[in-house]
Amino acid sequence: MLILTCPYCGIRCDETELAPGGEAHLKRFGPGSTDEAFEAYLFERENPMGVHFERWRHAYGCGRWFLAARDTVTLEVFGTYKAQMPEPPEEIVAAIRARRPEWEGRA
Amino acid sequence: MSMRLEQGGRLIDRDAPLDFTFDTNPMRGLRGDTLASALLANGQMLVNRSYKYHRPRGILASGPEEPNALVGLGQGARFEPDQRATTTELFDGLSAMSQNAWPTLGFDMMAVNGWFSGMMPAGFYYKTFTWPQSFWKHVYEPVIREAAASGLPPKEADADRYEHFYAFVDVLIVGGGIAGLQAALEAGRSGARVLLLEQTPHWGGRAPVDGVEIGGKPADAWIGETLATLEAMDNVTLRNRCMGVGVYDHGFALGYERLADHTPGDGQPRHRLWKIRTGRIVTATGAIERPLSFAGNDVPGVMLASAVRDYVVNYGVAPGRRTVVVTNNDDAYRTALALIDAGLEVPVIIDPRERNDGPLARECMRRGVQVETGAAVMKVKGSKRVEGVMLCRANGTGGAGAVLDCDSVAMSGGWSPVVHLWSHCGGKLLWSDEHAHFYPDDARAPTGADGAAFVSTAGAASGCMASGDVLRDAARKGGAAVGAEPGEVPQANDIEEVPMQPVWVMPTKALPELRSKMFLDFQNDVKVSDVQLAAQEGYESVELTKRYTTLGMANDQGKLSNINGLAILAQSLGEEIPQVGTTTFRPPYQPISFGSIAGEARGDIFQPLRRTPMHDWHEANGAYMEPVGHWRRPYCYPKAGESHADAVAREVTATRTSLGLLDASTLGKILVKGPDAGRFLDMLYTNKMSTLKPGRCRYGLMCNENGFLMDDGVVARIDEETFLCHTTSGGADHIHGWMEDWLQCEWWDWKVYTANLTEQYGQIAVVGPNARKVLEKLGGLDVSKEALPFMAWSEGELAGIPVRVFRISFSGELSYEIAVPAGQARALWDKILAAGGKFGVTPYGTEALHVMRAEKGFIMIGDETDGTVIPQDLGLDWAISKKKDDYLGKRAQERAHMVRPDRWKLVGLETLDGSVLPDGIYALGEGMNANGQRVTIGRVTSTYHSPTLGRGIAMGLVEHGPDRMGEVLKFGKTDGGTIEARIVSPVFYDPEGEKQDV
Repeated sequence: MLILTCPYCGIRCDETELAPGGEAHLKRFGPGSTDEAFEAYLFERENPMGVHFERWRHAYGCGRWFLAARDTVTLEVFGTYKAQMPEPPEEIVAAIRARRPEWEGRA
Repeated sequence: MSMRLEQGGRLIDRDAPLDFTFDTNPMRGLRGDTLASALLANGQMLVNRSYKYHRPRGILASGPEEPNALVGLGQGARFEPDQRATTTELFDGLSAMSQNAWPTLGFDMMAVNGWFSGMMPAGFYYKTFTWPQSFWKHVYEPVIREAAASGLPPKEADADRYEHFYAFVDVLIVGGGIAGLQAALEAGRSGARVLLLEQTPHWGGRAPVDGVEIGGKPADAWIGETLATLEAMDNVTLRNRCMGVGVYDHGFALGYERLADHTPGDGQPRHRLWKIRTGRIVTATGAIERPLSFAGNDVPGVMLASAVRDYVVNYGVAPGRRTVVVTNNDDAYRTALALIDAGLEVPVIIDPRERNDGPLARECMRRGVQVETGAAVMKVKGSKRVEGVMLCRANGTGGAGAVLDCDSVAMSGGWSPVVHLWSHCGGKLLWSDEHAHFYPDDARAPTGADGAAFVSTAGAASGCMASGDVLRDAARKGGAAVGAEPGEVPQANDIEEVPMQPVWVMPTKALPELRSKMFLDFQNDVKVSDVQLAAQEGYESVELTKRYTTLGMANDQGKLSNINGLAILAQSLGEEIPQVGTTTFRPPYQPISFGSIAGEARGDIFQPLRRTPMHDWHEANGAYMEPVGHWRRPYCYPKAGESHADAVAREVTATRTSLGLLDASTLGKILVKGPDAGRFLDMLYTNKMSTLKPGRCRYGLMCNENGFLMDDGVVARIDEETFLCHTTSGGADHIHGWMEDWLQCEWWDWKVYTANLTEQYGQIAVVGPNARKVLEKLGGLDVSKEALPFMAWSEGELAGIPVRVFRISFSGELSYEIAVPAGQARALWDKILAAGGKFGVTPYGTEALHVMRAEKGFIMIGDETDGTVIPQDLGLDWAISKKKDDYLGKRAQERAHMVRPDRWKLVGLETLDGSVLPDGIYALGEGMNANGQRVTIGRVTSTYHSPTLGRGIAMGLVEHGPDRMGEVLKFGKTDGGTIEARIVSPVFYDPEGEKQDV
């Protein structure tokens, strides 16, 4: 029962208010892409023990999608940010590095 | 024989007798008794038969760790199986039934299983019943279920009610013993919101039973004063009969409050599930005593030493007159003293340690108890009750020794902290050589969202075994939970104890005959020999051994069996216990009732019910309703004496020949608006929506990124920037979410706004050759073919009610779908019914809708699609734009497998004999596939009796189907027979589409 803060409305959301949406920062591949690139987009997902980036929707609240950076083992939350970011913003990366100096960055 | 003593019992009221029954035998107990203490008071040692061997079993413990005394409690609508006698408070009229015995507890036919126990070793189920496969269903499973059955399920609906309760606190403290009370005192002083839960009706835990003195006062006095102090704090909430059962992510915890188990039918909710969000959690959950593994340690009359002490001190009940104590630690000497204080006999204390000259041993000897050090119990004599013990040397093989008569045995193998709640959310453990137990590693606590520890343990749960340590630890942890230094901590009168000595098998070198009678997990009948066998067979992982042997599974969840079993496994593998590790502790700590999980969500409020504006009319007019998502829709409207099939046929015929009326309000209605709305819909639908003219409608398909057809419906263009997208009834919320996902996360710079208007409008389909005439009778909007042609829409008023009318048809007939503000939908429905009287207007339900769409060969999402079907499979290529560069699913549909020519494709099917094909039935090909199964070449997706055509019609997906028109296929029935059907066009009715376009 995670608690994540919606970056749009500022509410600390109980997990029951949220809908999960899988891995964040996927790049869409459409017509013209190679089979390999399309397969990776459709099926290949990170499953790390540690720092991970996820999509969540404040489904029973403001309805907005947002992204969260958290540790899948300790459940520590490094921050949440708006869904329009193609990469984790600097302050989130800084927050992760402060807590996980050994983190090698996004795969 | 167990009995009530003349004196003693701090929790019972000797002036308040209570009548109850056990296996229909009338018995009498006292207010304050548990069912277990009352059974013992009535001499009822034998309470159950074991799960696998049906061995006689008695009460072993005094708390939630009890493995044997599970009973069926209550009767009728209040019957519940598998209730623990040790945690059941006695009340007048209680009725309890033993379980797992036939025909009676005393004479159990299944006890023959015990004679063949050598043939039921570890992994018995896996090994024995693998072949032949067909025996599983008819022989093995019924026999095993009969033999291994535990409680029976209740037959009636639960008469009680249950509720959920939400609590938000700074500190949750679980456990109301002296540790929990001391921690609450420290946390409460800071002004923080504190919630303290205690699972029993009594505060203070074991301290009063153990004769602890705190601050120079008996524990009871200190407990009373501390409770009064806590009760005076407004910020502290105390809750007894409420067990902390689970700790979850980010400070969530569950409490299980048993409000009315002891007062059934008093009008209160029976159980209350507390859903708690807390900043910090302190688990002061105490410790559980371990059994010792000697042969016959499961004979009724063998009990945990602490339980014996509990029964004597708390309830004035003793398991026997002459009790042998066997222990590897000093604590159980207190049991000997408690028994002597109660005027009972303790002939000997058997202690495998080489010497014991500690204060407790000296006191026992001074009171006349013989202390046998370096000794062990070789085995217990007796089967349905203890008749004596045979002694032997502690480190030998168990050669014949002295026989000692006794009628009960109090055993102690040391104490294990209750680390369950600490571990639920990832708290790690350390091994203590001193106490031979796992205890919490403070440095590796469960962490919360901020990365900081949010769970700590206090007292015995931390591994503190002396009361003074318990209080100091609790004060420190209670203070730390609120960031405060602890105040002054009272002193306790701890007596020095001689170090315990781990004993995992008694005697140490016991031969197999003895080891196969040493029970580790009483509930699941797992013995020392079973774990040793598992290790021999290569089970090195503790998690796998648990599942292979069933050690610690079901109710036990590692309470009694855990450490003893791990130690045996470690010994067998030649490893140290910490290296073997523990199994995973998962919530709940104790089984909780299904009622408490469901809470108020029963019957009508199990889930929200969505009602269309015409819902009441349907119910008042005899509709047979079916669930469609959270909606209820009329399936048909049977008249008196009419079967559902008759009603459906009548509704179809009336609609096709004159006038039908459908409540289509559940249809999804999503408004998509903005300068980029057309561009957005071009990506969402397979066909091009941006070219649709305002005032016109177009059928569209939506696929997921995997290319599979997901939803379909008609899009109406309202104006240049506005589209109204109709979705399937079940798909509205999902599709709206789908749109938002793409708009927010992928094309977030496109100017598009969406709104789900499904419930804002009622929708009425007016269908049939007389549809236009009835609308003309209502007056208002021009509904002529010229003003409102097929696949157009227009806006206006009908009978004075504002409407938007779509000329779309899902039946193949002349059809108007009329959207009307929800508040006025019922009024319009009534007016159409009145005006349609002369045309025999016939409301029809979802089944008639299905039949008519199947007669027309229209697909239905969920029938023709199942998440593996692409639009091309359904002959819907005409609705897929070839001109668009991209749409969701386009890339996926280009994959090699999606363009294979042998994909199963949509066709119509007609049985040769006119019967209705069974739904989902498969078309048979030639030969067998690689798995030895019959090759199949197609399947039926929709199948109905067509009243219009007077025979069965079906749609299905068939390999090369459209190229095989006229071919006859064989379909395999579940009874082994076959049924033949001819491949035909899926459009059975009005193939030219003349009737809808008039």
